[in-house]
Amino acid sequence: MTVACTHGSPGEDRILVIIPAHNEEETIGDVVARVKESVPVADVLVIDDYCSDATARVAREAGARVIALPLHLGYGTALQTGFKYALERCYDYVVQMDGDGQHEPRCVSDLLAEVRSGAADVALGSRFLRGRSYKAQFVRRLGMMLFGFLTSAAIRQRITDPTSGFQAFSRQVVEFHTRDGYPIDFPDADVLISLSLNGFRIKEVPVIMYQKVGKSMHGGLRPFYYVFKMLLSIFLTFFRERGYKARR
Amino acid sequence: MNLRQQVMALIIGAGLFLMILDLVRRRRLDERSSCLWLLTGLGILVLAVWYDLLLSISTLMGITLPTSTVFFFGVVFLMAVSLQQATKISKLADQVKNLTQKIAIMDSYIKDLTQGKEEVGDGYTETLED
Repeated sequence: MTVACTHGSPGEDRILVIIPAHNEEETIGDVVARVKESVPVADVLVIDDYCSDATARVAREAGARVIALPLHLGYGTALQTGFKYALERCYDYVVQMDGDGQHEPRCVSDLLAEVRSGAADVALGSRFLRGRSYKAQFVRRLGMMLFGFLTSAAIRQRITDPTSGFQAFSRQVVEFHTRDGYPIDFPDADVLISLSLNGFRIKEVPVIMYQKVGKSMHGGLRPFYYVFKMLLSIFLTFFRERGYKARR
Repeated sequence: MNLRQQVMALIIGAGLFLMILDLVRRRRLDERSSCLWLLTGLGILVLAVWYDLLLSISTLMGITLPTSTVFFFGVVFLMAVSLQQATKISKLADQVKNLTQKIAIMDSYIKDLTQGKEEVGDGYTETLED
């Protein structure tokens, strides 16, 4: 795969914050504005995952660059679109966060500090570290504990929040995420295990997360599919190729 | 198998075989997808002509009735076709995803260019491992 940087070249310390959004007009403006206020040097990219509301317009007005997908492709694919954009535009560091206001924009700089210092390739925002309280529903908390345990055992490192979508990456990780095979939905514990098996260093960073208000992407029968998909994906991850970072 | 059954099986086998060939000729079906279907048509033809082979296969598999053997292979064939289609759909979905992402990124780039927000870059290129 050949990737052409249309702007600059790697090593200029450029930062991109990717926010996938699907009908988030009520919150996206505030999230974008607060990210820009918190990390003024970062560019903010909102991936409009075929929204039927004014998400794209509100995001643009708040100062974000917007990529509008012509089809609804789901969270993982929207995120990967941002990674592909970041790779083409030669961003050195990428942060992913949600557009629904769950993730505290002030914590973006905490995540970035870990990858910019070279201490980690992936800074994983954890809502459970250092006692910062986050109240999840019992079943959801149970799922988080299960996948936290599985991920920790698989990568031999304590992971408290494997379902966190608040993360920062180095450019090499972004390259890794743009390959075919990145999950189209729920890129969680399986991606973390895959990253670890491919030689990337993961570090958890305490972040503030708020409980989601409104419709969750884990509603209806999706929790059952989520558990099935994640267990299968984690199992198969061990039979896929490893050592990507070393080969690069 | 009596003569009437044998003739019916021959007609069905030959009909299926010819229909698949015609679909490939008219490019309504690609060669790769036609393989399983052509093999099935051929199988029906062979078993219709060579009934003893069907009996031998049934005995080998421990099946009492030769018709059950035919049904068994019918089910196996349908499963194989479904699996082939599912893998094809997965591949197509992946291609659609990649194309959609590419179009969306290019679309945003074109919009920026037309609005004067962007300039054409310096063309730095790197090759990544697939």
